[in-house]
Amino acid sequence: MTSRSLTPDADAGMAGDSLGREAWRRLKQNKAAMASLWLLATITLVCVAGPWLTPWGLADVDWNAFGVAPTLDGGHWLGTDANGRDLLTRTLYGGRVSLSVALVATLVSLAIGVLYGAVSGYLGGRVDNLMMRFVDIMYSLPFMFLVILLMVVFGRNILLIYAAIGAVEWLDMARIVRGQTLALKRREFIEAAHALGVKDRKIVTRHLIPNAIGPVIVYVTLTVPKVILLESFLSFLGLGVQEPLTSWGVLISEGTDMMQTAPWMLLVPSVFLALTLFCLNFLGDGLRDALDPKTR
Amino acid sequence: MLSYSLKRLLQAIPTMLIVITIAFFLMRVAPGGPFDGERALPPEIEANLMAAYHLDEPLPQQYLRYLGNLLQGDFGPSFKYKDFSVTELILQGFPVSLEIGGLAILLALALGLPLGIAAALNRNSAIDYAVMGTALAGIAVPNFVVAPLLALVFGVLLGWLPAGGWNDGALPNLVLPVVALSIQQIAYIARMMRASMIEVLGSHYIRTARAKGLSERLVVWRHAIRPALLPVVSYLGPAIAGIITGSVVIEQIFGIPGIGRYFVQGALNRDYTLVMGTVVFYGALIVLLNLVVDLLYSALDPQIRYDD
Repeated sequence: MTSRSLTPDADAGMAGDSLGREAWRRLKQNKAAMASLWLLATITLVCVAGPWLTPWGLADVDWNAFGVAPTLDGGHWLGTDANGRDLLTRTLYGGRVSLSVALVATLVSLAIGVLYGAVSGYLGGRVDNLMMRFVDIMYSLPFMFLVILLMVVFGRNILLIYAAIGAVEWLDMARIVRGQTLALKRREFIEAAHALGVKDRKIVTRHLIPNAIGPVIVYVTLTVPKVILLESFLSFLGLGVQEPLTSWGVLISEGTDMMQTAPWMLLVPSVFLALTLFCLNFLGDGLRDALDPKTR
Repeated sequence: MLSYSLKRLLQAIPTMLIVITIAFFLMRVAPGGPFDGERALPPEIEANLMAAYHLDEPLPQQYLRYLGNLLQGDFGPSFKYKDFSVTELILQGFPVSLEIGGLAILLALALGLPLGIAAALNRNSAIDYAVMGTALAGIAVPNFVVAPLLALVFGVLLGWLPAGGWNDGALPNLVLPVVALSIQQIAYIARMMRASMIEVLGSHYIRTARAKGLSERLVVWRHAIRPALLPVVSYLGPAIAGIITGSVVIEQIFGIPGIGRYFVQGALNRDYTLVMGTVVFYGALIVLLNLVVDLLYSALDPQIRYDD
């Protein structure tokens, strides 16, 4: 680390993982974002652990309680559906599916997008041109419809949902990463690091990645709600996950059919979905403020 | 401008070709054929049917035939609505979808722009917080949740408006679907308009306009609004795409006989030609509308001229 003694000014930027810590400090000051973070953690925890805690299973039928409204006595806190299945349990199971789709599909889009964008930005020139042209064409495709066509043709399979949604959402990520790579590789501090004899690998890990990762993290938090929405949308249309699995979209769709006699069937999954989307949006906004290098 | 439009239309050709090709071959690799019914057809009848629909030809030939027919506006026959061609179904459904979608865009602009401007002019006031809070809720709650809730409250509980049905486009039947379709876009447009208005109000030429003693109203109306509209105009493309996608669910929920419903029905019934036809039609529509939005953008912003 000869560079440190030569450039005392750069110390602040290079000490430890100050970027992440600083962002975290800023995020902690944002009350809405922190509240969202806690609520999201709670929802996730409840969805993951909850189904084991409720006395009912996903498809268990309570023969004494068909279409019961939410009540504290009788054990069905959030009521039952028309088939006597506990709605809280089903909503939690549905949350598992919706959240798992969110996680996996986002990771798929992240992997494709970062790789594609980084290669395009790094290689530059004609290859970059060609690769971005391709992205432009993909952008103007009516993807939603192609995904639906895919689901129709290949049947409703949760693995396909992961892949299809991930494959739709990588375009923005690729653009963002490419832009970051292009901008960063010409910046003075990269050049300075080169001049000071910092090794390539160190430049990438110490300078390029920490600076490019901010927008990527922000974009990931904004992708998650989109992905959840897309899955619910497909499920709502009857093209998403299949019985016996369920998801929030499926439950909302069932609730819509029953809303005249059993409005809670619509309200319960809607509230879970809306809360999750709300929190993710708040958190995304908060992270953007915390990580945006321009506001630092 | 004309040459730019032509260039853009030419660029749309490969895009459309990709859409058509994906849709065509996806349909053909699908398991099962269009004539798999509950009763197995006698082989000679099935052979005749296959010949009648040219399904006995090699795939590349079928593909070229489909492309050729498309150029003449022929999307082929629907497999489930036996007496109709897909073209007829699309022509039947499109006016309905256009009415709902068009009204939704207009409503989104008519409400979103003033709300955003009001919020920007009263920054950090109660109005601002109220508008932005509502907008966030509008963005977070998807339209397939909003639509049934609206139908539940105004259709079932209060009984003010019909909870579904089309009734030849009678006004009461239009209200709920249009509102449900536009809520998310109202929210996005309000947020965008607020942000860009705040940015414009902080710029130098607005300070100059104020410094030379123009009234606040003149500053806002003559100098600030037009440049502030630009980001909203460039958002219109995604907004239209969003409304078209949204109409698929909304038409399903309210039982409206538009293209979106044909699309969903076709998808659920495995009416492949119908699904494919709607995908191609919507693809072309989105490409075309994006071009219109870009031209509108250049008309508003003199700095952008599409010459080459």
